[in-house]
Amino acid sequence: MSARLDAAGVGWDVAGARILASVAFAAAPGETVGLLGPNGSGKSSLLRLLGGLARPSAGQVSLDSVALSALPRRALARRIAVVTQQTATDVEMTALEVVLLGRIPYRPRLAGVAATDLSMARRALASAGLDGFADRRWSTLSGGERQRVDLARAFVQEPDLLLLDEPTNHLDIRHQLDLLRTLAASPTTVVVTLHDLNLAADWCDRLVLLCGGRVVAAGTPAAVLTAERILEVYDVPVDIDAGPDGRPRIRYRR
Amino acid sequence: MNRPVLPVAAGLLLVSVAAAVTVGSADLSIGDVLRAVGTHLGLPVRPLPPLADSIVWDLRLPRVLLAALVGAGLAVCGAVLQALTRNPLADPYLLGVSAGASTGAVAVLVLGIGGGISLATGAFLGSALAFGAVLLLAGRRAAEPTRIVLAGVAVSQLFSALTSLIVISDAASRDTRSVTFWLLGSLTAASWPAVALCAVVAGAGLVLCWAAATALDAFAFGTDVARSLGFSAARTRLVLFALTALVAATLAAASGAIGFVGLTVPHAVRFLTGAGHRVLLPASALAGAIFLIWADTAARTVFAPQELPVGVLTALLGVPVFAVVMRRRSGTP
Ligand SMILES: Nc1ncnc2c1ncn2[C@@H]1O[C@H](COP(=O)(O)OP(=O)(O)O)[C@@H](O)[C@H]1O
Ligand SMILES: [Mg+2]
Repeated sequence: MSARLDAAGVGWDVAGARILASVAFAAAPGETVGLLGPNGSGKSSLLRLLGGLARPSAGQVSLDSVALSALPRRALARRIAVVTQQTATDVEMTALEVVLLGRIPYRPRLAGVAATDLSMARRALASAGLDGFADRRWSTLSGGERQRVDLARAFVQEPDLLLLDEPTNHLDIRHQLDLLRTLAASPTTVVVTLHDLNLAADWCDRLVLLCGGRVVAAGTPAAVLTAERILEVYDVPVDIDAGPDGRPRIRYRR
Repeated sequence: MNRPVLPVAAGLLLVSVAAAVTVGSADLSIGDVLRAVGTHLGLPVRPLPPLADSIVWDLRLPRVLLAALVGAGLAVCGAVLQALTRNPLADPYLLGVSAGASTGAVAVLVLGIGGGISLATGAFLGSALAFGAVLLLAGRRAAEPTRIVLAGVAVSQLFSALTSLIVISDAASRDTRSVTFWLLGSLTAASWPAVALCAVVAGAGLVLCWAAATALDAFAFGTDVARSLGFSAARTRLVLFALTALVAATLAAASGAIGFVGLTVPHAVRFLTGAGHRVLLPASALAGAIFLIWADTAARTVFAPQELPVGVLTALLGVPVFAVVMRRRSGTP
């Protein structure tokens, strides 16, 4: 149901450029870890390495102490689901067909969609608030609807580790909160990149703050989100109060 | 969903084969066709007169069957390449195959290269050479669709230029007309050996592509999603690129480069079957076969006794079909 994730000294070079350097952090089973950082700080790149979509140039990512590179892709697909930032628009599949993709790792290679897969996919669509969207073509969905279909695809993959790249960026506030509540309550280990610092502070167990491909801070929201650090990393002056639950509340100065 | 499409299309294909054989200058009925086939299969039926029997068995049947196989193979190759490259304009000749086939064919026919090998063999070798050049040019990251597609465009241009050069160098030759005919795609060279070869290669190609149907579905959103669903994206792409190149090269060797079937048929079939490749691939094969049977029947009868290269006809028919498909393609522009 949930896995422990370890990144140890992870580095990634592309075409001679160092994108990530000595990134180290861990996510305990069931934790929801928020990945923060300015544009270009390496969040998406790190998420791809954590999901085994690319190989690190240095260091190692492991799942329950087994290196990702030692696991076959198909075995990995049953344990890790990834939702990358989606750019495809001209896909001819229906919403239901897209969600069903998430069941592929569980199917014998030559088998078709099973009835259980179908009912699971329909339930996932319903819990994403997309009842009645099953037969809608992907190309006709709005950005937020696509994002929720993609999340449903990741959920039916029944992962031990769920990696989400800016899953809230097209969602209205209600669906953002629905998603974060679901993630926080789910037994699955989650690593999610977010831009909204307050949402991250409210819903994540721990945060990892990246800047220039390095980890600047990691720990509880209160430990990571200090006014000095936000000024240093984002160049934005803020005031921070501790909320009643001990989580930081960030106000941006005008 | 839409499962009935397959049995209906399979029935239509059988009817098309039998009916298309009856069409032509000599009047034959479907009963005659069945009698001739029965005779050759050793069934206890009354044989046709020798001339009619020869028209069915030696001329029309192999030609109709070759049309079916070429149509089926081209449509499947097109569907697979459209999925792998996520490019709706992909067709079986994307990776240099048809340009290479042309060069190989004219090299044999006009220059006499190869020491007496057949035109088909020359075409096949030309295709193989062109696909090899595409892989070489695309380099280590040949599995990236944009790279291999660009390499395909470049190599196709190069081989087309070579073909023109060879043809022009020998413009006075009596071969020019047959070269032109062949370049445009034609099934006049149909024979039982060609049918057998194409049946084996296109059949195996279809089965192997169908075995990869789920992987093709997973490529709808590109490399990262395919990987996260458990597929080795680079290996899957390279294997299927090579497989479609082999099938397209075999078909081009038998019939020249027949255009628009591989491009148009998969798009049209998607309307009926949806995007899932487990149904799309066999349905495209059946639709491609039926389409090319009738296109070729028209090509050999409309201006009889003159023949049109069937490639001219598929283009004439394919463009309006393509226009309709493009207009009805759902969603935002
Ligand atoms: N394949 C690549 N080739 C070259 N540069 C890349 C590649 N992928 C990412 N980068 C660069 O790495 C940096 C981090 O990118 P990314 O991980 O997408 O950042 P974030 O998601 O935090 O905005 C950026 O400067 C980006 O331009
Ligand atoms: Mg990013």
